[in-house]
Amino acid sequence: MSGVLLLEQLLNGVQFGVMLFLMAAGLTLVFGVMGLINLAHGSLYMVGAFAAAAVSAATGSFLLGLGAALAAAAAAGALIEVAVIRRLYARDHLDQVLATFALILIFSEGTRWLFGSFPLFLDVPGWLAGPVALPLGIDYPKYRLAVIAVGLAVAAGLFWLIAGTRLGVQIRAGEADREMIAALGVDITRLYTLVFALGAALAGLAGALVGAIQSVQVGMGEPVLILAFVVIVIGGIGSIRGAFVGALLVGLTDTLGRVLLPLAMVHVVGPQAAATAGSAVASMAIYILMALVLVFRPAGLFGKV
Amino acid sequence: MTEPALEVRGLRKSFGAIVASDDVSLDLRGGEVHALIGPNGAGKSTLIAQIAGALRPDAGSVRLAGRDVTGLGTAARARLGLARTFQVSALAMELTVLQNVVLGVAGRAGGAWRFRGAALRDPALVRPAREALARVGLTGEATSVVADLSHGQRRRLELAVALALKPRCFVMDEPLAGLGADGSAEMTALLAGLKAQAPILLVEHDMDAVFALADRISVLVYGRIISTGPPDAIRADAAVREAYLGDAS
Amino acid sequence: MRRETIVNAALALGLLAFPLWAHWAGEPFYITLATRAAILALAGVGLNLALGTGGLVSLGHAAFFGLGGYAMGVLAWHAQMYTPMQVFGMTVPGTKSMPVIWLVAMSGGALLAALIGALSLRSSGVYFIMLTLAFGQMVYYFAISWPAYGGEDGLSIYLRNGFPGLNTLDPLQFFALTYAVLMAVIWGMARLRASPFGLALAAARQSPARVQAVGIGVFPLRLAAFVLSGAVTALAGALFADLNRFVSPSMLSWHTSGELIVIVVLGGVARLYGPVAGAVLLVTLEHVLGGVSDYWQIFLGLGLLAVVLFARGGLIGALAGRAVAHD
Repeated sequence: MSGVLLLEQLLNGVQFGVMLFLMAAGLTLVFGVMGLINLAHGSLYMVGAFAAAAVSAATGSFLLGLGAALAAAAAAGALIEVAVIRRLYARDHLDQVLATFALILIFSEGTRWLFGSFPLFLDVPGWLAGPVALPLGIDYPKYRLAVIAVGLAVAAGLFWLIAGTRLGVQIRAGEADREMIAALGVDITRLYTLVFALGAALAGLAGALVGAIQSVQVGMGEPVLILAFVVIVIGGIGSIRGAFVGALLVGLTDTLGRVLLPLAMVHVVGPQAAATAGSAVASMAIYILMALVLVFRPAGLFGKV
Repeated sequence: MTEPALEVRGLRKSFGAIVASDDVSLDLRGGEVHALIGPNGAGKSTLIAQIAGALRPDAGSVRLAGRDVTGLGTAARARLGLARTFQVSALAMELTVLQNVVLGVAGRAGGAWRFRGAALRDPALVRPAREALARVGLTGEATSVVADLSHGQRRRLELAVALALKPRCFVMDEPLAGLGADGSAEMTALLAGLKAQAPILLVEHDMDAVFALADRISVLVYGRIISTGPPDAIRADAAVREAYLGDAS
Repeated sequence: MRRETIVNAALALGLLAFPLWAHWAGEPFYITLATRAAILALAGVGLNLALGTGGLVSLGHAAFFGLGGYAMGVLAWHAQMYTPMQVFGMTVPGTKSMPVIWLVAMSGGALLAALIGALSLRSSGVYFIMLTLAFGQMVYYFAISWPAYGGEDGLSIYLRNGFPGLNTLDPLQFFALTYAVLMAVIWGMARLRASPFGLALAAARQSPARVQAVGIGVFPLRLAAFVLSGAVTALAGALFADLNRFVSPSMLSWHTSGELIVIVVLGGVARLYGPVAGAVLLVTLEHVLGGVSDYWQIFLGLGLLAVVLFARGGLIGALAGRAVAHD
C-alpha cells in the first residue's frame, strides 16, 4: 500500500474522529453536568441531517441547510429537555435508559411518517465539490477537508466556552457540585436546558455534515450514538478532553483498521480468507481497543477514579 | 502469649499532600474494648476503611489473629472474622430484618454459593440469625422490611448482622451516631455485653460511652496516634488535653 | 394468598388458555402469537435476573439472544446441508435436535456472558450500561461482517428442529414445548431467588458494602448472575429462531436489547412473572396497534414514556401493589 493512500486514510480517520467528537461532546457534557444517560442523542443527529437535507433541497443553499440543522436540533433538544428529560435527572439510570429509548422510537417513527422510508440526499455544495491538492501529492476531497476544519474549529470553540466563559464556569461548577451552583444563585433549570440544547446542536451539526457524505435516513444516528458511547468510555465520562482524544482514537482505529487489517491478515490466514477475516476483525477493532483501555484504566483515559 | 485479635503496624495513607494515616500502629487484644477517638478530620474513617479492607494503605500492615491480611479485600477479611459496622447504616433496605441477618450467617459460612434450597427454610442459617436478633432485642421485628424500621432499630440490626458473623473482632464506626439519650444508654449496655464474645475496636464521638466502655483508648490527631492507654491515663494526658481543648498547661 | 401470587397464576393460566382457545377456534396464527410471547417472556426472565434481582442494567442482552439464535441457525444449517463443520480441527456434524441445540445455545450464552461480564462488571452505573451496549454491538457487527453464515441477510432453515416425542411443526405442540420450558425456568428462578445466592444477589443491589462486609464478594456474585442470565436469554434466542425458522443480525441489534428491557419494565422489574406480563403486553400492543397504524411504534414510545414518568412498578406493580419480601 502506498504512503499517499495511507495518508488519505489517516485524514479520513481524523474526519470521522472529529464528527464523533461533536456527538460525544454533547453526551459527555449532559452526563457530566446532569448525570443523565441520553440514548436519544442519536435522534438529534438524525434531526439535524433531515433538517439540513430538507432546507437545502428547498432553498438550494447548503449553508442555510446547516443553519437549519443547528436550529432544528437545538430546538428539538430544548423541547425534549423541557417536556421529558428534566423529569429524569433525579431518576435512576434504568428509567433514563427506558425514557430515552422511548424518545428514539418516537423520533424515528415520527421522521419516517414525515419523510417516508427512503433516504434523502444532501448534496455537497459546488464550491466544496471536487478534490484539493495537498502537499506530498495527495488529492483529497475538498468537502472532507472542510468537515475536518469545521470540526476542529467547533472543538476549539467548545474548549474556549468551557474554560473561558461565564457559562463554562457554571458548567464546571455543575459537574463538581450541583447544590453549590444552585446556592450561588445560578438558574439551574435554565442552565440545564441550555447545556442540553448545546449538546443537541452539536449532534445536529454532525448529522448535517455527515449527511452530505452518507445518505440521510431514519436510524442513521444509532450506530454513531453507540460509537460515541465507546468514545466516552475510552476518554472518561464527563471529560471533554477525554472525548476529543477518544474520538480521534476511535476514528483512526476504525478507519485504518478496515484498510490495514485485511492486508495484515494475508500473512496470517492467506489471501483467500484474509478479506473476510480482516473485515470481521476490523469491525471489532474499536471494541477491542475499548476493552484494552478498560482493563488498564477502568475510569477511561481522562476519567476521575 | 496469644496473638492480638487485630494488629495494625505502621499504616500510612496519603491523599495528595494530605497525610490521612501517618505511621499508625495499634492492636486489639482479646476481651477488650479499644476506643479510637480524635477530633473531626483526624483520619478515623480512613483508618477504619484500611482496617476493613475498603482502602489500600500506602505502607504498613494489618494482621488478623496473626495472619497478614493487608493484601486481602473486604469480603476475605470478613470471612476471616472481621465484623464491621457502618457509621451510616448499610443494610439491604428492601429485605426483611431476618433476611439481612441470615445473609450474615450465610456469608460467614461461604454459603452464598448455594443456588438451591430456600435460605429462610434452612435451620442452619435461620437459628443463628434468630439468636443474633434476640441478643439485640429485635425478635419482634424479624419479618419487618428494613425500610420500615426506626433509626435506632437499624443501628441494632447492624449489630445483629455483625454478631451473625461470629467474628474474631468487631470494628465499629460510631454505633451510637444519631441515637437519643435512651438509645445511647441501651446501645452502651449492649456493647458492654458484646466484648466477652469478641474484642471491639470502637470509633465513637460520645465520650460518656467511650469512657464507660473502653479498656484502652487511642487518640488520633492529624493521622497520628498521639497517645494510647487506659481511660484515666488518657484523661490526664497533657498532649490529649492540648489536642482537644487547646490546653497547653 | 398474596395478591401477587393470584396475578401470577392468572398470567400463567391465561397464557396457556389463549392458544388452547385459538386451537379450538381454528386460529393457528394466535397460537404462534402466544408462542412468541412465551419465548420473549423467557428472554425477559433471563434478563430479569441480572436487571431486576441483580440491579445490573444490561443494554447488551441481544448478544445472548442472538447468539442463541445463531446456535440454532448454524447447527441446523449444517445439518440440512449435510456438511459438517470444522471446530478447532475437529469435524462436528450439525444437528436438528432441539435439546442439543439448547445445550449449545446455553453454553455459548454463558461463555459470552462470562467474557462480557468479566470486563463490564468491573465498572458500574452508566459505565456498565455503555459497556454492555458496546460489547453487544461488537457481536452485532461481527455477525454482519462474517459472510459464512449469511452476513447481513441471516440464515433460513427449511424445517423446524425436532424434539423427541413431539411434532414441533404442529403449532400447538411447539407452543406447549416453549410454555413448559418457560414454566420450568420460572420455577428454577423462584428457587434461585429464595436461595442464599439469590438473597445475596438482591442484597448486593441494595447495598454492595453490606454484602462485602459479611464476607461475600460482590463481583463473583454478579458475574455468576450475569452468566446465568445470559444462558437463559440464549436459550430463548434458540427457541425464537426456531419459531421463525430464521436468524439474522437483527436479533443481535441493540433495539432487541432495548425491547427486552421494555418487556421487563412494562411487566414489573424484579417480579417473578414481570417478564411474562411484559411480553404478553408487548406482543398484544404490537398486534393491535400494528393493525391500526404503520407507525405504531410512536404510540409504543408514548406509552412507554407515560409508564416511566407516571406509573412506576409496571403491570404487576399496578395489579399486585408493592413488592413484598418473600418469606
